[in-house]
Amino acid sequence: MNDHFLIRSIDRTGAIFLIAVAAIAILVPFFNLAIPESSAFHMPTYLVALFGKYLCYAILALSIDLIWGYCGILSLGHGAFFALGGYAMGMYMMRQIGTRGVYADPILPDFMVFLNWKELPIAWYGFQHFAYAALMVVAVPGALAFVFGWFAFRSRVTGVYLSIITQALTYALMLGFFRNNFGFGGNNGLTDFKDILGINVQAETTRNALFAISCVALMLGFWVCRTVVTSKLGKVLIAIRDAESRTRFLGYRVESYKLFVFTLSACMAGIAGALYVPQVGIINPSEFAPGNSIEAVIWVAVGGRGTLAGAALGALVVNYAKTYFTSGILAPYWLFMLGSLFIGVTLLLPRGIVGTMHHWTALRRARISAAAEDGVAAPAPKHMPAE
Amino acid sequence: MASLTNALLYLDGVTVSFDGFRALNKLSFTIEPGEMRAIIGPNGAGKTTMMDVVTGKTRPDTGEVVFGGSHDLTTLDEAEIALLGIGRKFQKPTVFDSHTVFDNLELALKADRRVRTTLWWRETPDEHRRIDEILQTIRLTAVQDRLAGSLSHGQKQWLEIGMLLAQDPKLLLVDEPVAGMTDVETQQTAELLKEINREHTVVVVEHDMTFVRELGVKVTCLHEGSVLAEGTIDQVSENERVVEVYLGR
Repeated sequence: MNDHFLIRSIDRTGAIFLIAVAAIAILVPFFNLAIPESSAFHMPTYLVALFGKYLCYAILALSIDLIWGYCGILSLGHGAFFALGGYAMGMYMMRQIGTRGVYADPILPDFMVFLNWKELPIAWYGFQHFAYAALMVVAVPGALAFVFGWFAFRSRVTGVYLSIITQALTYALMLGFFRNNFGFGGNNGLTDFKDILGINVQAETTRNALFAISCVALMLGFWVCRTVVTSKLGKVLIAIRDAESRTRFLGYRVESYKLFVFTLSACMAGIAGALYVPQVGIINPSEFAPGNSIEAVIWVAVGGRGTLAGAALGALVVNYAKTYFTSGILAPYWLFMLGSLFIGVTLLLPRGIVGTMHHWTALRRARISAAAEDGVAAPAPKHMPAE
Repeated sequence: MASLTNALLYLDGVTVSFDGFRALNKLSFTIEPGEMRAIIGPNGAGKTTMMDVVTGKTRPDTGEVVFGGSHDLTTLDEAEIALLGIGRKFQKPTVFDSHTVFDNLELALKADRRVRTTLWWRETPDEHRRIDEILQTIRLTAVQDRLAGSLSHGQKQWLEIGMLLAQDPKLLLVDEPVAGMTDVETQQTAELLKEINREHTVVVVEHDMTFVRELGVKVTCLHEGSVLAEGTIDQVSENERVVEVYLGR
């Protein structure tokens, strides 16, 4: 095996995952742009945007799996970090509108003119620059997670209590962002975007580019998570998950480890949100809704907690199902289905999709090695490749 | 703080109350460097609370706890105390179930515990050799790749002792190491502890009198949070007060 540090952390599942995402990054734009609309193989542009949105959810799911699956921190407020990243990107695009807005104010976004504001709030300074906005996409969720985590982990708030506080965090932010005088567009949020980096955000090519960028971000996010969880630090995280006080008595400063991974996870969620907003064209306070964060945890549970690839897969599967079922006659029953899905997975498939697959592989290997240990000339199982 | 005493561990007048119940009542004793001490006492005598105080899990209401002559343990938290060189084995074997035996030892191995160095840490051949040695000492070489959760109760106890060795502490606190072990395992554990005692100071809390006799070390008997008697196992077990406490009054 190659031991280069860039790929050392990638196992077989990881390699399959990365190749699959890379293939999607190339194939989807290909079927959208290169195949003529008249062809049956043409992929409609709305689907590109839809799948792009799922990819952002997959990145959010990765960030949740990193802390929940590997460190046992069940955050029910990760939607807050996602939304903050989204708002940072939205603010950049609002300031790009300039004189093309309804009120044609060169500086103030429309909603500020409408509210009769004369000056740009300080929080909006700098957002005309993409680089600054991109920094804020990571820095704002990261800083909030750092401050929140510093207090929570130092006071040793764990388990269900931590989950409840994270719910409160996202709920409080939602209430704040709903208020007009909070300065971020109130309940309408930010929308009516024109362009990003000087390119029309609605254009077909832009949508495909955003899609491909989301794929790359998902791959990078996956690689970062794998690098963390396969390092010794990753082993410490699992140790904290399984026996927190034991880890402390070994001399590890548990709160620092939690703080590190929680902040990293929040930064990832922020990036996911920033990629999400240009693809859906709007960000409003409902993204902070506590239900969103809970739904994201369900994706991870369905795909397989502590498997990373499973978390991303779960996000894709559940969201595709959501789109499918909420657009037909089953629409009124979607929430019931989501609820039964969660209960069903918890009872019947506690390891999730990918976790169950890993478990089966492990059982099969154990059976083979047990047969070999018995000293019987066990016939080579058919599914094993010949040496 | 200037050196107050030559003792490795020095407890003076330590009192801990939970809701009015005095778990420790002006407890005082000292442990000399290199010694092995057995601490016995009936249920509720304060043995585990004493360990909690020494390892930073519980803060005493009053009293002094000094380690190595100069470190006031009452002001430090668990991680700081562990880094000073106090290792603890719990009553119920606590190992990391979803890690392999080898990884359990690797996590315990003495090393820089900071987040950044841990993230970029790579195992050196020296460290690998050290873990191999410990695996031999605790007789778990054959199962080093198994998940710790799949070990038998006795193997888990040994793995946890191995983790203590990997930490290379100055003082080992061992809480009921032979609870639930077979007679053979109990005897092997006694040998293991004696071997460990050659290089480390050890405090063993134990109920099992045969085991304590096997260790053949100085015994401290606790009762209602204070020292009732101290001496060899024969002296202590002949002490009238001790007999009274153990047999009921």
